[in-house]
Amino acid sequence: MNRLLDQVMIMLGREPRKGGPISERAQQVHQLKRMTNKAELKAAREVAHAEALKTHKWRNRRWITLLAANLLFVVSYHFDIQILEGALTASRFVGFHLIDLNSALQVMLAHKHIIVNLVIGTSTIFVFWLLLGGRTFCSWVCPYHLLAEWAEKLHLKLAATKLVSDQNINRWLRTVFWCIFALLAVVTGYTVYEAISPTGILSRALIYGPGLALLWVLALLVFEVFFVRRAWCRYACPIGLTYGVVGIFSPLRVKYKLESCFHEGDCRKVCLVPHVLDTVIKGRAPDTEVAIGPDCTRCGLCVDACPTGSLTFEVKGLSKLL
Amino acid sequence: MSTKDKTPPAVPLSRERQQQARRRFLRTVLLTGGVLGAALSGYLPLAYAKKARLRPPGALDEHEFLASCIKCGQCVQVCPVQAIKLADLVDGFGVGVPYIDAREQACDFSCDAAQCILACPTGALTYVKPEFLPVRPGAKLAAKPILKAKEHDPENTLNLRERMGVARLVRPESCLATKGKGYKGLARGEQFKGHMRYMDVDRWKPIRISDHPYDVAECDLCVRECPIKDAISMETTFAPDGSKQHRPVVHEPCVGCGVCEMICPVEPSCIVVEQREVWKA
Repeated sequence: MNRLLDQVMIMLGREPRKGGPISERAQQVHQLKRMTNKAELKAAREVAHAEALKTHKWRNRRWITLLAANLLFVVSYHFDIQILEGALTASRFVGFHLIDLNSALQVMLAHKHIIVNLVIGTSTIFVFWLLLGGRTFCSWVCPYHLLAEWAEKLHLKLAATKLVSDQNINRWLRTVFWCIFALLAVVTGYTVYEAISPTGILSRALIYGPGLALLWVLALLVFEVFFVRRAWCRYACPIGLTYGVVGIFSPLRVKYKLESCFHEGDCRKVCLVPHVLDTVIKGRAPDTEVAIGPDCTRCGLCVDACPTGSLTFEVKGLSKLL
Repeated sequence: MSTKDKTPPAVPLSRERQQQARRRFLRTVLLTGGVLGAALSGYLPLAYAKKARLRPPGALDEHEFLASCIKCGQCVQVCPVQAIKLADLVDGFGVGVPYIDAREQACDFSCDAAQCILACPTGALTYVKPEFLPVRPGAKLAAKPILKAKEHDPENTLNLRERMGVARLVRPESCLATKGKGYKGLARGEQFKGHMRYMDVDRWKPIRISDHPYDVAECDLCVRECPIKDAISMETTFAPDGSKQHRPVVHEPCVGCGVCEMICPVEPSCIVVEQREVWKA
């Protein structure tokens, strides 16, 4: 329970801390790793790297899912096949209401009146993402995530040539934004956040055609390429935090196995939210198997990147059952 | 700064660390200001009230409408004549909110039941307004409007309680009827993309207005094509000089759908819908 609370605080913005309680078994493993001969370790590491599958399996699956989901909206409308009508903010899947949690929250706070369809759609989506991991929405569905991923590649290329430098921002900011936008909705009676939500803007642009609002999305991408890596998703987006909260109790997550890890940190380099992978730093893992926290978007980049298979997807309970 | 520079901090470095922290703080402030500035700039178009839009049927009053619309466009998708469009950035908080440009494509109720209301997931478009929301005097329709297209059906009314606006003859001097002129040809020219349902063509398939030429001895297109029973009629009135003339007169059942504005063959339209206008006896 303490660890869960700790992870929630880290999601909200606190930096991960060293020196939490470590289980006896994990302490033994940490100790063994310290005692292992450096040369042997290096040899083992080289073998692992040689045998590792250089793959983008999860990334490719994710990109296909993301594109398919967004294209389903587009073809449903343009070919009138009526499978997934609406946009990401609210839609109907073969007639059944689905409503984005953050948009629903904004509408409820601004309008202060809730109708049955809104409850049905919101509950469905809540259960759906509770089962699938919460922020899974971000990396597997949100169209801005994909653009930001490409912008990030560009940013890292520029950073490698020292044309731009890697800047970071205080992570509490996202929580502050979440509160400000909730408060603004209540006080002004307008869904203020929806006016600048790149997720909503992009989704509507795809389905109903482009508009000037895309300039705001472009401005965000430019900011991310030249100034702050993944600024929007990391430090601003209230949708991410809303789904993060949903994912706190999700059974679907990434699992870290301490024993096979060489603590090289490749996973942290590709991660959107490296603070959730704090546990992979040498000597930190509190147990031999650690569930990665709720801020994780389950994007699978770390699973692809890990040369030793120490990071895997798991469904809590199901793995034991099988 | 990259993670490579995490050498143990020597004493002279602490000043650099301080500077880093200060820069990080400034960046945080920059992003905060940028995002909030962008978000709140949505107020400007509202404050200047430059964008008064005709909303789809069943829309709540403007402020409540903007508050409750989730900007998904499901209303856009179900409209058989594609009358509903989504507003862009210039509408501020109204970005992604549906509106109707009646001159380009009015709502002709060819869906028979205001499908957009049925599609709305949040009640921003609604058949029945929640009780706590006030109804502006004159906005409420005296009776459920009778749809001319299904006048002889057992259920012949539209489930609409409030009007979207009221049509008004704003340019009587250019109106063909007041001049006693007829009209022959396409109402809006060959290029016009607007659609409408013509009962004598196909009840379930709206066609292009440019595929339906008119030939009338006295222009009465607005009266002829109005989808609502008894909302508008051609009356004999007296011109300022005392001579008798015909002119279209709007009555209480007008819901403000905008078909008259769309079909008026004069450029600019002699009759327009005043959005959110109420009926004044």
